[in-house]
Amino acid sequence: MEKENSLRVRVWRGSESGYWTEYAVVARDNQTVLDVVTEIQRKHEPSLAYRFACRVGVCGSCAMTVNGQPRWTCRTHVKKVAHDGQLAIEPLRNLPHIKDLVCDLEPFIDTWQRAGAIFQGQSTRSDPPQKVDPGSKPRKQADSALQCINCAVCYSACDVVHWNRRYLGPAALNRVWTLLNDERHSEQEETFNKAFSRDGCSSCHSHGNCTRFCPVELSPASSIAGLKKMAFSGPQARLAHE
Amino acid sequence: MNEQTLFVVQRISAAILAPMVLVHLGLILIAVEGGLSAEEILSRTRDNVGWTLFYGLFVVSAAIHAPIGIRNILREWTRLGWKAIDGLAMLVCVILLVLGMSAVIAVF
Repeated sequence: MEKENSLRVRVWRGSESGYWTEYAVVARDNQTVLDVVTEIQRKHEPSLAYRFACRVGVCGSCAMTVNGQPRWTCRTHVKKVAHDGQLAIEPLRNLPHIKDLVCDLEPFIDTWQRAGAIFQGQSTRSDPPQKVDPGSKPRKQADSALQCINCAVCYSACDVVHWNRRYLGPAALNRVWTLLNDERHSEQEETFNKAFSRDGCSSCHSHGNCTRFCPVELSPASSIAGLKKMAFSGPQARLAHE
Repeated sequence: MNEQTLFVVQRISAAILAPMVLVHLGLILIAVEGGLSAEEILSRTRDNVGWTLFYGLFVVSAAIHAPIGIRNILREWTRLGWKAIDGLAMLVCVILLVLGMSAVIAVF
């Protein structure tokens, strides 16, 4: 009876080198993967390191690899991902592992800097707010790529990042796509050039893992495809003509 | 040449190569049916400006397209630096151009 009501959960312990430890966790009707990790830490293994904050899919802190796939664990129901009552939980791929389930996000954050994914306005606080037509094509395309929670799930899912750690990756390039569709962003040319730098958007193979695994259902693959199309026109032409 | 230019050039060369490859494959099938001999090939290509231009463009497009792809593969699958990668890609380009153009000229 106990066997039927319990999950067999293998958890990665250590850093780059380490080992799997298996825990038996009570299976419940409503249970997320983060609940399972928390239960392990509270009842079985107090030294288990993992990261979370909001628990409601907003902060992007709790991403881990669950049964081989990157997931936001706070919004991933166990029943959706468990195979025969078994879970294997490990840290995200493509990032340095610090301890147990915790990754060092510095390389991921660094891609945003290198990609020029920082908004640069041109007006001062004394200027009136700039009018933006919400119905324009660039604005609609920017809107569809917003709401990234910086969870690094796409970065972990990306095979190109796995092959080439200098590649800017889907999250940063998705952010660049929003800026290049934002008429208020004044450094269009600089941002475009950074996106098209070596190991930039032209390295993308269009596998689409970023889109497949994005927990907030964005499509970084489409954003990168849009950036590639800009190679033929440059960044400014797009905003000027649409 | 920057990444943007390389990206555009590779796409344009691909667009040129795609129909040319089909014509080339079709030509091989037709040529083989009548028996493949040096005489038969030369009778078709000698003094034929059309085929010379066709294969001249084919060679140039391939010599541009392939090294850019090889450059990307070297970046992903080796630990070589950009200088070595760009040098190797350029070498492949020169080899394809020399071998291809010498073949085109030989049968003209």
